[in-house]
Amino acid sequence: MRQLITSEPFLIFITIACYYIGCKINNRFHKAITNPMLIAIVLLIATLSILDIDYETYEQGSHIISLLLGPTVVALGYLLHKQIKYIRGNEKAILTAIGVGSVVGVLSVVGICMLFGCPEEIWLSMEPKSVTMPIALGISGRSGGLLALTAVVVFVCGVFGSIIGPWLLRKVGVKSRVAQGLAMGAAAHGVGTGEAMKMGQLEGAVAGMAIGLMGIATAIVVPIVEIFIK
Amino acid sequence: MTQGLKGFFIIVIFWFVGEAISMLMQNFLPGNVIGMVLMFASLQKGWIREESVSAASEFLAKNMTIMFLPPGVGLMVAYEILGKHWLPITLATILSTMLVLVIVGKMSDKKTK
Repeated sequence: MRQLITSEPFLIFITIACYYIGCKINNRFHKAITNPMLIAIVLLIATLSILDIDYETYEQGSHIISLLLGPTVVALGYLLHKQIKYIRGNEKAILTAIGVGSVVGVLSVVGICMLFGCPEEIWLSMEPKSVTMPIALGISGRSGGLLALTAVVVFVCGVFGSIIGPWLLRKVGVKSRVAQGLAMGAAAHGVGTGEAMKMGQLEGAVAGMAIGLMGIATAIVVPIVEIFIK
Repeated sequence: MTQGLKGFFIIVIFWFVGEAISMLMQNFLPGNVIGMVLMFASLQKGWIREESVSAASEFLAKNMTIMFLPPGVGLMVAYEILGKHWLPITLATILSTMLVLVIVGKMSDKKTK
């Protein structure tokens, strides 16, 4: 019995089953708190605890699922290719804005964590917090961060950014629709893009493109920052 | 070979080349991000056709949430460190997200419509 509940097919089964339940609940309520990923993680942790399966066993058994993050990040190159047309004519301004945004995003996280004297692994996990999850996990894994902390922070950042974004951008007087979409995608990745789509089709499309650019920019910024402060 | 499998084959080649380059630069950049840039560049240059990777790419992108679950479940071992440092973690997340919003928005506002 023990062997059976720690086998790969069972661990993969409960992973998909918990995600399925998460999707069902979310379809019903459609709230930020009923996010399918959040529900699935809570359900999975509860299931594993009840069955007394430790994280290491689960991680090994479900490896085939997280392994797919590799090709998924590569596939984001295709999505970027489809969306890049929105920066035509503004390449320099947009790439500069994303680059500076990425540097400030990383440095501000590291700065605040250091101010509080956090251990290194905290800020190593948080550096890619504005980046889309698959790329963020890649960046954090490379740096030696805690993937679970990265997953939580990236999720919270997306939800927070998408809630405060439209208000904050209005408050500081950002008027261009392209700039609004860009900021939403760059700061709050996929969740921000969902919110940008509600602002308009152009905002949504630009936000989607900003996700890819922010991911690439941050992948380059993080190792450079680490040279100076690690 | 089906279109989906062909697309997956191309993606895996880019992934592998990305990892190989990453290894050569002593893991300075994540291999999958290098693969992503190579894929993007090849599509832009027209070296590979959009149709050959569209089905596989869209399948992966649409289903990626489930791939975050194994790392996310790591919370069952990481909750202690998160609870201990919740204040700087929360502050850094909030302030940094707002900074990125304002900076990216402001810097691109004048140059775009």
